[in-house]
Amino acid sequence: MNDNAQQIVRMQQLNKHFGSLHVLKNIDMHITPGEVVVVIGASGSGKSTLIRCINGLEEFQSGSLEVDGNELLPNGKSGQALQTIRTEVGMVFQQFNLFPHLSVIDNVTLAPMKVRGWNRSDALEAAKRLLDRVGIADQADKYPSQLSGGQQQRVALARALAMEPRLMLFDEPTSALDPEMIGEVLDAMRELAKEGMTMVIVTHEMGFAREVADRVVFIHQGEITEEGPPEQLFDKPRHERTQSFLARVLKH
Amino acid sequence: MEPSFEFNWEATINSIPHLLPGIPYTLLISFGGLAIGFFIGIFFGLLRISPLRWLRWPAIVYVEVFRGTPILVQVLFIFYGLPQLLGSPINALVAGIAAIAVNSGAYISEIVRGGVQSIERGQREASLSLGLSRTQAFRYVIWPQAFRRMIPPLGNQGIISIKDTSLFSVIGVGELVRQGQVYIASTFTAMEVYLMVAIMYLAITWSLSIILRQLENKGLVGQ
Repeated sequence: MNDNAQQIVRMQQLNKHFGSLHVLKNIDMHITPGEVVVVIGASGSGKSTLIRCINGLEEFQSGSLEVDGNELLPNGKSGQALQTIRTEVGMVFQQFNLFPHLSVIDNVTLAPMKVRGWNRSDALEAAKRLLDRVGIADQADKYPSQLSGGQQQRVALARALAMEPRLMLFDEPTSALDPEMIGEVLDAMRELAKEGMTMVIVTHEMGFAREVADRVVFIHQGEITEEGPPEQLFDKPRHERTQSFLARVLKH
Repeated sequence: MEPSFEFNWEATINSIPHLLPGIPYTLLISFGGLAIGFFIGIFFGLLRISPLRWLRWPAIVYVEVFRGTPILVQVLFIFYGLPQLLGSPINALVAGIAAIAVNSGAYISEIVRGGVQSIERGQREASLSLGLSRTQAFRYVIWPQAFRRMIPPLGNQGIISIKDTSLFSVIGVGELVRQGQVYIASTFTAMEVYLMVAIMYLAITWSLSIILRQLENKGLVGQ
Protein backbone atom coordinates (compact mmCIF):
# COMPACT_ATOMS: atom_id res chain seq x y z
CA MET A 1 0.00 0.00 0.00
CA ASN A 2 2.92 2.37 0.59
CA ASP A 3 5.57 3.09 -1.94
CA ASN A 4 8.85 2.15 -0.23
CA ALA A 5 10.78 5.08 -1.65
CA GLN A 6 8.63 7.69 0.06
CA GLN A 7 8.78 6.20 3.53
CA ILE A 8 10.52 8.40 6.06
CA VAL A 9 11.42 5.54 8.40
CA ARG A 10 12.33 2.11 7.10
CA MET A 11 13.27 -0.29 9.84
CA GLN A 12 13.89 -3.91 8.94
CA GLN A 13 14.74 -6.84 11.17
CA LEU A 14 16.16 -4.52 13.81
CA ASN A 15 17.71 -6.21 16.84
CA LYS A 16 19.06 -4.62 19.97
CA HIS A 17 20.84 -6.18 22.92
CA PHE A 18 21.77 -4.71 26.30
CA GLY A 19 24.46 -7.20 27.25
CA SER A 20 22.65 -10.52 27.45
CA LEU A 21 19.25 -8.85 27.32
CA HIS A 22 17.52 -9.02 23.92
CA VAL A 23 15.61 -5.73 24.02
CA LEU A 24 14.29 -5.44 20.48
CA LYS A 25 13.58 -8.51 18.38
CA ASN A 26 13.34 -8.39 14.60
CA ILE A 27 11.43 -5.14 14.48
CA ASP A 28 9.95 -4.11 11.13
CA MET A 29 8.51 -0.63 11.09
CA HIS A 30 7.76 1.67 8.20
CA ILE A 31 6.45 5.17 8.51
CA THR A 32 5.00 7.30 5.75
CA PRO A 33 5.29 11.11 5.82
CA GLY A 34 2.28 12.65 7.55
CA GLU A 35 1.53 9.49 9.49
CA VAL A 36 0.98 9.53 13.26
CA VAL A 37 2.11 6.28 14.83
CA VAL A 38 1.50 5.59 18.51
CA VAL A 39 3.57 2.91 20.22
CA ILE A 40 2.05 1.28 23.28
CA GLY A 41 3.16 -1.50 25.59
CA ALA A 42 4.01 -2.24 29.20
CA SER A 43 6.98 -0.52 30.80
CA GLY A 44 10.16 -2.39 29.93
CA SER A 45 8.63 -3.68 26.70
CA GLY A 46 11.22 -1.78 24.64
CA LYS A 47 8.97 0.94 23.23
CA SER A 48 11.17 3.85 24.32
CA THR A 49 14.27 2.03 23.16
CA LEU A 50 12.63 1.55 19.79
CA ILE A 51 12.04 5.22 19.10
CA ARG A 52 15.44 6.15 20.54
CA CYS A 53 17.00 3.97 17.84
CA ILE A 54 15.44 6.21 15.18
CA ASN A 55 17.63 9.19 16.12
CA GLY A 56 20.58 7.13 17.25
CA LEU A 57 20.33 7.76 21.00
CA GLU A 58 20.40 3.97 21.21
CA GLU A 59 22.59 1.76 19.07
CA PHE A 60 21.26 -1.42 17.54
CA GLN A 61 23.22 -4.56 16.77
CA SER A 62 21.72 -5.86 13.56
CA GLY A 63 19.14 -5.08 10.94
CA SER A 64 18.73 -2.03 8.76
CA LEU A 65 17.37 1.41 9.51
CA GLU A 66 16.92 4.26 7.10
CA VAL A 67 15.58 7.64 8.19
CA ASP A 68 14.68 10.17 5.53
CA GLY A 69 17.04 8.49 3.09
CA ASN A 70 20.00 8.35 5.51
CA GLU A 71 21.17 4.95 6.56
CA LEU A 72 22.01 4.24 10.19
CA LEU A 73 24.50 1.45 10.71
CA PRO A 74 24.59 -1.10 13.54
CA ASN A 75 26.80 -0.56 16.60
CA GLY A 76 26.96 3.20 16.30
CA LYS A 77 29.07 3.29 13.15
CA SER A 78 26.85 5.75 11.32
CA GLY A 79 29.04 8.89 11.31
CA GLN A 80 27.74 11.82 9.29
CA ALA A 81 24.41 10.15 8.46
CA LEU A 82 23.52 10.20 12.15
CA GLN A 83 24.25 13.93 12.36
CA THR A 84 22.04 14.57 9.34
CA ILE A 85 19.22 12.48 10.79
CA ARG A 86 19.33 14.33 14.08
CA THR A 87 18.95 17.70 12.39
CA GLU A 88 15.83 16.38 10.60
CA VAL A 89 14.27 14.46 13.51
CA GLY A 90 13.02 16.25 16.62
CA MET A 91 12.48 14.64 19.99
CA VAL A 92 10.47 15.42 23.10
CA PHE A 93 11.50 13.62 26.28
CA GLN A 94 9.64 12.43 29.33
CA GLN A 95 11.77 14.64 31.60
CA PHE A 96 11.64 17.65 29.20
CA ASN A 97 15.45 18.02 29.36
CA LEU A 98 15.33 21.76 28.89
CA PHE A 99 18.65 23.55 29.30
CA PRO A 100 18.34 25.04 32.81
CA HIS A 101 21.09 27.63 32.33
CA LEU A 102 19.40 29.20 29.30
CA SER A 103 16.24 31.29 29.16
CA VAL A 104 13.22 29.84 27.39
CA ILE A 105 13.93 31.81 24.23
CA ASP A 106 17.61 30.79 24.25
CA ASN A 107 16.59 27.15 24.65
CA VAL A 108 14.65 27.49 21.42
CA THR A 109 17.19 29.49 19.41
CA LEU A 110 20.32 27.51 20.36
CA ALA A 111 20.11 24.71 17.80
CA PRO A 112 18.88 26.78 14.83
CA MET A 113 21.79 29.18 15.37
CA LYS A 114 24.52 26.64 16.07
CA VAL A 115 23.40 23.83 13.78
CA ARG A 116 21.50 25.57 11.00
CA GLY A 117 23.65 28.69 11.16
CA TRP A 118 20.74 31.11 11.34
CA ASN A 119 21.50 34.62 12.52
CA ARG A 120 20.13 35.70 15.85
CA SER A 121 17.27 37.85 14.60
CA ASP A 122 15.90 35.14 12.29
CA ALA A 123 16.19 32.54 15.05
CA LEU A 124 14.49 34.87 17.54
CA GLU A 125 11.63 35.59 15.19
CA ALA A 126 11.02 31.91 14.52
CA ALA A 127 11.32 31.09 18.23
CA LYS A 128 8.75 33.71 19.20
CA ARG A 129 6.35 32.40 16.58
CA LEU A 130 6.74 28.86 17.94
CA LEU A 131 6.37 29.90 21.57
CA ASP A 132 3.24 31.75 20.59
CA ARG A 133 1.94 28.64 18.87
CA VAL A 134 2.37 26.51 22.00
CA GLY A 135 0.88 29.30 24.12
CA ILE A 136 3.88 30.50 26.13
CA ALA A 137 5.05 33.60 24.28
CA ASP A 138 4.81 35.62 27.49
CA GLN A 139 7.32 33.35 29.28
CA ALA A 140 10.12 33.78 26.75
CA ASP A 141 12.57 35.48 29.10
CA LYS A 142 12.03 33.19 32.06
CA TYR A 143 14.21 30.24 32.96
CA PRO A 144 12.86 26.68 32.74
CA SER A 145 12.83 26.26 36.52
CA GLN A 146 10.35 29.14 36.76
CA LEU A 147 7.78 27.32 34.61
CA SER A 148 5.27 24.59 35.41
CA GLY A 149 5.86 21.09 34.05
CA GLY A 150 3.26 21.54 31.33
CA GLN A 151 4.83 24.82 30.25
CA GLN A 152 8.29 23.26 30.25
CA GLN A 153 7.15 20.44 28.04
CA ARG A 154 5.58 22.90 25.61
CA VAL A 155 8.87 24.81 25.50
CA ALA A 156 10.60 21.50 24.77
CA LEU A 157 8.17 20.98 21.91
CA ALA A 158 8.87 24.47 20.54
CA ARG A 159 12.60 23.84 20.88
CA ALA A 160 12.37 20.69 18.79
CA LEU A 161 10.11 22.32 16.21
CA ALA A 162 12.56 25.21 15.81
CA MET A 163 14.79 22.90 13.81
CA GLU A 164 11.92 22.42 11.34
CA PRO A 165 12.05 18.65 11.67
CA ARG A 166 10.54 16.27 9.13
CA LEU A 167 9.72 13.77 11.87
CA MET A 168 8.95 14.18 15.57
CA LEU A 169 9.58 11.55 18.24
CA PHE A 170 7.74 11.72 21.58
CA ASP A 171 9.03 9.57 24.41
CA GLU A 172 6.25 9.46 27.02
CA PRO A 173 5.80 13.24 26.86
CA THR A 174 3.14 13.41 29.57
CA SER A 175 4.33 10.71 31.99
CA ALA A 176 6.21 13.13 34.25
CA LEU A 177 3.40 15.68 34.37
CA ASP A 178 0.82 16.40 37.04
CA PRO A 179 -2.60 15.25 35.79
CA GLU A 180 -3.94 18.77 35.35
CA MET A 181 -1.12 19.62 32.94
CA ILE A 182 -1.40 16.64 30.65
CA GLY A 183 -4.19 18.22 28.63
CA GLU A 184 -2.25 21.29 27.55
CA VAL A 185 0.62 19.20 26.21
CA LEU A 186 -1.68 16.79 24.41
CA ASP A 187 -3.50 19.77 22.88
CA ALA A 188 -0.26 21.11 21.45
CA MET A 189 0.56 17.67 20.02
CA ARG A 190 -2.95 17.30 18.60
CA GLU A 191 -2.49 20.63 16.87
CA LEU A 192 0.79 19.47 15.41
CA ALA A 193 -0.74 16.23 14.14
CA LYS A 194 -3.51 18.23 12.46
CA GLU A 195 -0.92 20.27 10.63
CA GLY A 196 0.40 17.11 9.07
CA MET A 197 3.57 16.49 11.08
CA THR A 198 4.91 12.94 10.95
CA MET A 199 4.95 11.71 14.53
CA VAL A 200 5.99 8.64 16.46
CA ILE A 201 4.59 8.76 19.98
CA VAL A 202 5.24 6.49 22.92
CA THR A 203 2.46 7.09 25.42
CA HIS A 204 0.17 5.62 28.02
CA GLU A 205 -2.64 8.05 27.12
CA MET A 206 -4.92 5.60 25.37
CA GLY A 207 -7.73 8.07 24.72
CA PHE A 208 -5.27 10.39 23.00
CA ALA A 209 -3.80 7.48 21.05
CA ARG A 210 -7.19 6.44 19.77
CA GLU A 211 -7.96 9.99 18.73
CA VAL A 212 -4.78 11.06 16.91
CA ALA A 213 -3.16 7.83 15.74
CA ASP A 214 -3.32 6.64 12.18
CA ARG A 215 -1.77 3.44 13.39
CA VAL A 216 -1.14 1.90 16.80
CA VAL A 217 1.74 -0.46 17.41
CA PHE A 218 1.68 -2.78 20.42
CA ILE A 219 5.04 -4.01 21.68
CA HIS A 220 5.46 -6.90 24.06
CA GLN A 221 8.86 -8.06 25.33
CA GLY A 222 10.73 -6.41 22.47
CA GLU A 223 8.49 -7.69 19.70
CA ILE A 224 5.73 -6.05 17.72
CA THR A 225 2.81 -8.25 18.69
CA GLU A 226 0.13 -6.41 16.80
CA GLU A 227 -0.44 -3.22 14.87
CA GLY A 228 -3.27 -1.56 13.07
CA PRO A 229 -5.63 1.40 12.96
CA PRO A 230 -6.76 2.47 16.46
CA GLU A 231 -10.36 1.27 16.01
CA GLN A 232 -9.15 -2.18 15.19
CA LEU A 233 -6.43 -2.43 17.80
CA PHE A 234 -8.43 -0.97 20.65
CA ASP A 235 -11.85 -2.46 19.83
CA LYS A 236 -11.01 -5.77 18.20
CA PRO A 237 -7.49 -6.73 19.29
CA ARG A 238 -6.58 -10.07 17.76
CA HIS A 239 -3.82 -11.10 20.11
CA GLU A 240 -4.42 -12.36 23.57
CA ARG A 241 -1.46 -10.30 24.87
CA THR A 242 -2.87 -7.13 23.37
CA GLN A 243 -6.22 -7.92 24.93
CA SER A 244 -4.82 -8.45 28.39
CA PHE A 245 -2.64 -5.33 28.16
CA LEU A 246 -5.58 -3.19 27.08
CA ALA A 247 -7.80 -4.73 29.75
CA ARG A 248 -5.24 -3.66 32.34
CA VAL A 249 -4.71 -0.08 31.15
CA LEU A 250 -8.26 0.73 30.11
CA LYS A 251 -9.82 -0.48 33.32
CA HIS A 252 -9.46 2.85 35.13
CA MET B 1 60.69 29.95 87.01
CA GLU B 2 57.72 32.27 86.87
CA PRO B 3 55.93 32.57 83.59
CA SER B 4 56.66 36.15 82.75
CA PHE B 5 55.03 36.34 79.33
CA GLU B 6 52.97 39.37 78.56
CA PHE B 7 51.36 39.74 75.16
CA ASN B 8 52.70 42.83 73.43
CA TRP B 9 50.00 44.28 71.19
CA GLU B 10 52.33 46.96 70.04
CA ALA B 11 54.62 44.37 68.53
CA THR B 12 51.68 42.93 66.60
CA ILE B 13 50.81 46.32 65.16
CA ASN B 14 54.43 47.21 64.51
CA SER B 15 54.95 44.07 62.48
CA ILE B 16 52.43 45.16 59.84
CA PRO B 17 54.78 47.20 57.62
CA HIS B 18 57.33 44.38 57.80
CA LEU B 19 54.82 41.73 56.75
CA LEU B 20 53.04 43.66 54.00
CA PRO B 21 55.79 43.08 51.39
CA GLY B 22 55.01 39.36 51.71
CA ILE B 23 51.43 39.75 50.55
CA PRO B 24 52.17 40.37 46.85
CA TYR B 25 54.30 37.20 46.82
CA THR B 26 51.63 35.16 48.55
CA LEU B 27 49.02 36.42 46.09
CA LEU B 28 51.26 35.98 43.06
CA ILE B 29 52.21 32.41 43.96
CA SER B 30 48.69 31.33 44.84
CA PHE B 31 46.76 33.00 42.04
CA GLY B 32 49.49 32.45 39.42
CA GLY B 33 49.67 28.81 40.41
CA LEU B 34 45.89 28.42 40.54
CA ALA B 35 45.45 29.99 37.12
CA ILE B 36 47.83 27.47 35.59
CA GLY B 37 46.38 24.71 37.78
CA PHE B 38 42.93 25.54 36.43
CA PHE B 39 44.01 24.78 32.88
CA ILE B 40 45.91 21.69 33.98
CA GLY B 41 42.76 20.63 35.83
CA ILE B 42 40.49 21.13 32.84
CA PHE B 43 42.93 19.25 30.62
CA PHE B 44 43.36 16.19 32.84
CA GLY B 45 39.78 16.31 34.13
CA LEU B 46 38.45 16.00 30.58
CA LEU B 47 41.00 13.32 29.68
CA ARG B 48 39.80 11.42 32.72
CA ILE B 49 36.27 11.12 31.33
CA SER B 50 37.33 10.29 27.80
CA PRO B 51 35.78 7.12 26.41
CA LEU B 52 39.29 6.08 25.32
CA ARG B 53 41.26 4.16 27.93
CA TRP B 54 44.69 5.29 26.71
CA LEU B 55 43.60 8.90 27.24
CA ARG B 56 42.19 8.16 30.68
CA TRP B 57 45.17 6.52 32.27
CA PRO B 58 47.66 9.42 32.02
CA ALA B 59 45.04 11.52 33.82
CA ILE B 60 44.62 8.89 36.51
CA VAL B 61 48.39 8.67 37.02
CA TYR B 62 48.72 12.45 37.15
CA VAL B 63 46.03 12.85 39.78
CA GLU B 64 47.29 9.96 41.92
CA VAL B 65 50.88 11.23 41.89
CA PHE B 66 50.24 14.88 42.68
CA ARG B 67 47.35 14.34 45.03
CA GLY B 68 49.12 11.50 46.78
CA THR B 69 52.40 13.28 47.62
CA PRO B 70 52.86 16.25 50.00
CA ILE B 71 53.06 19.65 48.38
CA LEU B 72 56.13 20.37 50.53
CA VAL B 73 57.93 17.44 48.93
CA GLN B 74 56.76 18.63 45.51
CA VAL B 75 58.19 22.12 45.95
CA LEU B 76 61.48 20.77 47.39
CA PHE B 77 61.69 18.42 44.43
CA ILE B 78 61.15 21.29 42.00
CA PHE B 79 63.42 23.80 43.73
CA TYR B 80 66.32 21.54 44.78
CA GLY B 81 65.80 18.48 42.60
CA LEU B 82 65.04 19.78 39.14
CA PRO B 83 68.12 22.05 38.92
CA GLN B 84 70.28 18.90 39.05
CA LEU B 85 68.52 17.80 35.90
CA LEU B 86 68.44 21.21 34.21
CA GLY B 87 71.95 22.25 35.20
CA SER B 88 70.79 25.69 36.33
CA PRO B 89 68.99 26.90 39.46
CA ILE B 90 65.29 27.63 39.48
CA ASN B 91 63.93 30.88 40.78
CA ALA B 92 62.14 30.25 44.10
CA LEU B 93 59.10 32.21 42.99
CA VAL B 94 58.81 30.13 39.83
CA ALA B 95 59.22 26.94 41.85
CA GLY B 96 56.43 28.03 44.20
CA ILE B 97 54.05 28.85 41.36
CA ALA B 98 54.87 25.55 39.67
CA ALA B 99 54.21 23.59 42.85
CA ILE B 100 50.80 25.22 43.37
CA ALA B 101 50.01 24.67 39.69
CA VAL B 102 50.75 20.93 39.59
CA ASN B 103 49.25 20.30 42.99
CA SER B 104 46.01 22.26 42.59
CA GLY B 105 45.82 20.92 39.02
CA ALA B 106 45.43 17.41 40.38
CA TYR B 107 42.58 18.39 42.69
CA ILE B 108 40.94 20.58 40.05
CA SER B 109 41.00 17.62 37.62
CA GLU B 110 38.78 15.78 40.02
CA ILE B 111 36.55 18.83 40.46
CA VAL B 112 36.17 19.14 36.68
CA ARG B 113 35.45 15.44 36.29
CA GLY B 114 32.86 15.49 39.07
CA GLY B 115 31.23 18.63 37.69
CA VAL B 116 30.88 17.29 34.17
CA GLN B 117 29.72 13.87 35.31
CA SER B 118 27.08 15.43 37.55
CA ILE B 119 25.15 16.80 34.57
CA GLU B 120 22.14 14.61 33.82
CA ARG B 121 22.40 12.38 30.78
CA GLY B 122 19.21 13.92 29.39
CA GLN B 123 21.03 17.21 28.77
CA ARG B 124 23.42 15.55 26.38
CA GLU B 125 20.65 13.54 24.75
CA ALA B 126 18.51 16.63 24.22
CA SER B 127 21.48 18.45 22.68
CA LEU B 128 22.34 15.61 20.34
CA SER B 129 18.70 15.12 19.37
CA LEU B 130 18.65 18.76 18.25
CA GLY B 131 21.54 18.08 15.90
CA LEU B 132 24.31 19.63 17.98
CA SER B 133 27.63 17.86 17.59
CA ARG B 134 29.21 16.29 20.65
CA THR B 135 31.61 19.23 20.87
CA GLN B 136 28.78 21.76 20.63
CA ALA B 137 26.73 19.87 23.20
CA PHE B 138 29.68 20.06 25.56
CA ARG B 139 30.46 23.69 24.88
CA TYR B 140 26.98 25.20 24.97
CA VAL B 141 25.08 22.85 27.27
CA ILE B 142 27.22 20.61 29.49
CA TRP B 143 30.17 22.84 30.36
CA PRO B 144 28.25 26.00 31.38
CA GLN B 145 26.16 23.95 33.80
CA ALA B 146 29.11 21.92 35.04
CA PHE B 147 31.14 25.06 35.62
CA ARG B 148 28.47 26.53 37.89
CA ARG B 149 28.51 23.42 39.99
CA MET B 150 32.31 23.59 40.11
CA ILE B 151 32.45 27.06 41.67
CA PRO B 152 32.08 25.99 45.34
CA PRO B 153 34.73 23.22 45.20
CA LEU B 154 37.01 25.48 43.13
CA GLY B 155 36.72 28.16 45.82
CA ASN B 156 37.60 25.56 48.39
CA GLN B 157 40.69 24.58 46.43
CA GLY B 158 41.66 28.24 46.02
CA ILE B 159 41.62 28.74 49.78
CA ILE B 160 43.62 25.57 50.38
CA SER B 161 46.24 26.62 47.82
CA ILE B 162 46.57 30.11 49.32
CA LYS B 163 47.36 28.52 52.68
CA ASP B 164 49.71 25.98 51.06
CA THR B 165 51.95 28.84 49.89
CA SER B 166 52.94 29.34 53.54
CA LEU B 167 55.04 26.17 53.23
CA PHE B 168 57.21 27.82 50.61
CA SER B 169 59.02 29.83 53.27
CA VAL B 170 61.34 26.80 53.26
CA ILE B 171 62.68 27.64 49.81
CA GLY B 172 63.11 31.29 50.77
CA VAL B 173 60.39 32.97 48.74
CA GLY B 174 59.59 36.25 50.47
CA GLU B 175 55.94 35.40 51.12
CA LEU B 176 54.04 36.17 54.29
CA VAL B 177 55.45 33.51 56.60
CA ARG B 178 58.98 34.14 55.40
CA GLN B 179 58.65 37.88 56.10
CA GLY B 180 57.33 37.03 59.54
CA GLN B 181 60.24 34.69 60.29
CA VAL B 182 62.78 37.29 59.22
CA TYR B 183 61.17 39.95 61.38
CA ILE B 184 60.85 37.66 64.40
CA ALA B 185 64.55 36.81 64.16
CA SER B 186 65.33 40.38 65.17
CA THR B 187 62.48 41.05 67.62
CA PHE B 188 61.80 37.68 69.32
CA THR B 189 58.05 38.42 69.36
CA ALA B 190 56.91 35.17 67.73
CA MET B 191 53.39 35.03 69.12
CA GLU B 192 52.60 38.66 68.36
CA VAL B 193 53.88 38.48 64.81
CA TYR B 194 52.46 35.09 63.88
CA LEU B 195 49.09 36.36 65.06
CA MET B 196 49.34 39.15 62.52
CA VAL B 197 50.48 36.66 59.86
CA ALA B 198 47.40 34.57 60.58
CA ILE B 199 45.16 37.64 60.39
CA MET B 200 46.58 38.51 56.99
CA TYR B 201 45.90 35.00 55.63
CA LEU B 202 42.42 35.21 57.01
CA ALA B 203 41.88 38.59 55.32
CA ILE B 204 42.87 37.10 51.97
CA THR B 205 40.86 33.89 52.26
CA TRP B 206 37.82 35.65 53.67
CA SER B 207 37.79 38.16 50.80
CA LEU B 208 37.92 35.25 48.38
CA SER B 209 35.00 33.58 50.16
CA ILE B 210 32.90 36.71 49.82
CA ILE B 211 33.66 37.05 46.11
CA LEU B 212 32.81 33.38 45.56
CA ARG B 213 29.54 33.66 47.42
CA GLN B 214 28.51 36.50 45.14
CA LEU B 215 29.49 34.50 42.07
CA GLU B 216 27.44 31.57 43.30
CA ASN B 217 24.37 33.70 43.93
CA LYS B 218 24.62 35.09 40.42
CA GLY B 219 24.84 31.59 39.01
CA LEU B 220 21.76 30.41 40.85
CA VAL B 221 19.36 31.81 38.26
CA GLY B 222 18.04 29.05 36.10
CA GLN B 223 19.29 26.20 38.24
